[in-house]
Amino acid sequence: MQNKLTHLFEQHHRPILNMYCTAGYPELNSTGEVMKALQAHGADIIELGMPYSDPLADGPVIQFSNSIALQNGMSIAVLLEQLLQINPSMHIPVILMGYLNPILQFGMEKFCREASAAGVTGLIIPDLPMHEFENEYQDMFLQYGLCFIFLISPETSEARIRKIDTLGSGFIYAVSSSATTGQAIDMQQQEAYLARLKSLQLRNPILVGFGIKDHAGFSKISSYVQGAIIGSAYILALRSGGDISTITKEFVNTIREKAELPKTN
Amino acid sequence: MNFSVNEYGYYGNFGGAFIPEMLYPNVKQLQDSYIDIMEDPAFQLEFQQLLKDYVGRPTPLFFAEHLSKQWNTNIYLKREDLCHTGAHKINNTIGQVLLAKRLGKTRIIAETGAGQHGVATATVCALMGLPCVVYMGEKDMARQASNVARMKMLGATVVPVSSGSKTLKDATNEAIRDWINHAADTHYIIGSVVGPHPYPDMVARFQSVISAEIKSQLLERTGNELPTHVIACVGGGSNAAGAFYHFLNDDQVQLIAVEAAGCGIDSGKSAATTQLGTMGILHGSKSLLMQTADGQVTEPHSISAGLDYPGIGPLHAHLFESGRARFLWATDDEAMAAAMHLSKTAGIIPALESAHALHALTQLEWKPSDVVVICLSGRGDKDLDTYMKNLPS
Ligand SMILES: Cc1ncc(COP(=O)(O)O)c(C=O)c1O
Repeated sequence: MQNKLTHLFEQHHRPILNMYCTAGYPELNSTGEVMKALQAHGADIIELGMPYSDPLADGPVIQFSNSIALQNGMSIAVLLEQLLQINPSMHIPVILMGYLNPILQFGMEKFCREASAAGVTGLIIPDLPMHEFENEYQDMFLQYGLCFIFLISPETSEARIRKIDTLGSGFIYAVSSSATTGQAIDMQQQEAYLARLKSLQLRNPILVGFGIKDHAGFSKISSYVQGAIIGSAYILALRSGGDISTITKEFVNTIREKAELPKTN
Repeated sequence: MNFSVNEYGYYGNFGGAFIPEMLYPNVKQLQDSYIDIMEDPAFQLEFQQLLKDYVGRPTPLFFAEHLSKQWNTNIYLKREDLCHTGAHKINNTIGQVLLAKRLGKTRIIAETGAGQHGVATATVCALMGLPCVVYMGEKDMARQASNVARMKMLGATVVPVSSGSKTLKDATNEAIRDWINHAADTHYIIGSVVGPHPYPDMVARFQSVISAEIKSQLLERTGNELPTHVIACVGGGSNAAGAFYHFLNDDQVQLIAVEAAGCGIDSGKSAATTQLGTMGILHGSKSLLMQTADGQVTEPHSISAGLDYPGIGPLHAHLFESGRARFLWATDDEAMAAAMHLSKTAGIIPALESAHALHALTQLEWKPSDVVVICLSGRGDKDLDTYMKNLPS
């Protein structure tokens, strides 16, 4: 399956920066502005969170952006409408992250069809178990050309990682530690985990996320794997208020500063 | 019909384990070991001994004479209110804490609504010398203040939860997040038949002692181990699951679940999940759930903190869908009236949750030959503040 994600990982010449923002945050209609700013200022992938009332895997910062986005009136239907509008001006891959329940209520097939039509490349559904994925949805995602991105954690066994590597596509989302989003991470401990991930020589590229907030973290991770995902730190930056484009430019520049090339990939 | 879980944790269309990868190792370990541990004779010996000497089991099956006369039938109360700590919740916490020790866990967390499960968890942790953290919604901390004090006295840390509706659903979210952050050393003692597989089945098995005792007590009293009706309130559904368990395959026994209708089913302030809910996923399992058309979980309402939850366990969703159990409801006012009535006519002050089950007596037709067992899941001490506000002065 060739798509924007596979293309990106084949072509990339610098560490991949996947930037997360909750759709409909800080304003209902700021989704497009955030996406354009991220694309203009050097993000490689945009991951949009579909807000949910009960985001179990998220820490306080993303919980907060979820509840503001819901108050703002964001929903899957509204988001897909917004994406359809903005899609012609996006050339970097856009992926959607969300919990299963709102997607099921919207209808999984309708969701896949409309997301695909709105230019979405991949999905992250952290509470969709592998067994349900294989039984119910794998063929549907394939049919609509959507990558399915699995999470792994430092506790995930090698056998399970290998299975995920055969089932998933786009990239593998390696959670930095067994934690909810936005927790401080211990870089010392990270190195052993990163070295292990690298040594597995997986078919899929790996991006590491959860708790990465600065240039040091980003470049350390990128020296082992293809890149990293940043969410809570960016939401916090947006939360301080001000012009989205200016905040985004400063934020991405700070992360990118002198970021090294991966040694291998 | 089959009322046991299959290997993926499904009762019919409901159940499963919808959890993020960070919890997979813990949940998988539980799935793979809970039956073996529970069936181990050494475990059973320790569990049964504690149920007897510490909890005070078997709890009496009390023939409620006044109520029986009033309804011209035979009404028995299963006195879970006489369990140590005042509710059925401790049947499950004893079982799970013993299981946690066998899994090598050194820290216990729990969520609580009414505080009964929190107290029952804090109690067994004090007994076993394990640190205990209980998550509780701020609204519930205010309306169940005496239970907050009890948990603290028992040495537990009570963490106030201020997100969402500040009640049981949000306390459960925070407990799950804690578990994600401390997966290696922590066991999460879920307080009802909810959560990812194997929790619904595991908790139902620990609570099944209720119906096992009902059977043998009825046999002794009446010469027949089967009642015609078993009635229980349903928040998540653990006391109901325990009271129904050994009757699930006895079709002649009518199973009646009573949900909390709050201010009325159509008032917008209710917690009657089967009446208002649709299929969805909450706290790791697929079940019936109160939600918006967009799949956002709605905030329930009940005067009783233990029933103030927007979902029900997957077993109950299956009992509802298959028609094996009948689902009724009681409003806040009806539960209050039922509590006042039992207090005056039987000398038993019930928990507000259990009062919902008592209200079912007014909703059905009874025959003189019927044998009706009501699960009196807990006692009313924790609800005195609420009762006082409603007492005629
Ligand atoms: C006395 C009592 N009954 C019932 C419940 C509801 O729980 P479940 O439906 O799991 O029995 C509670 C919960 O706190 C309770 O304290």
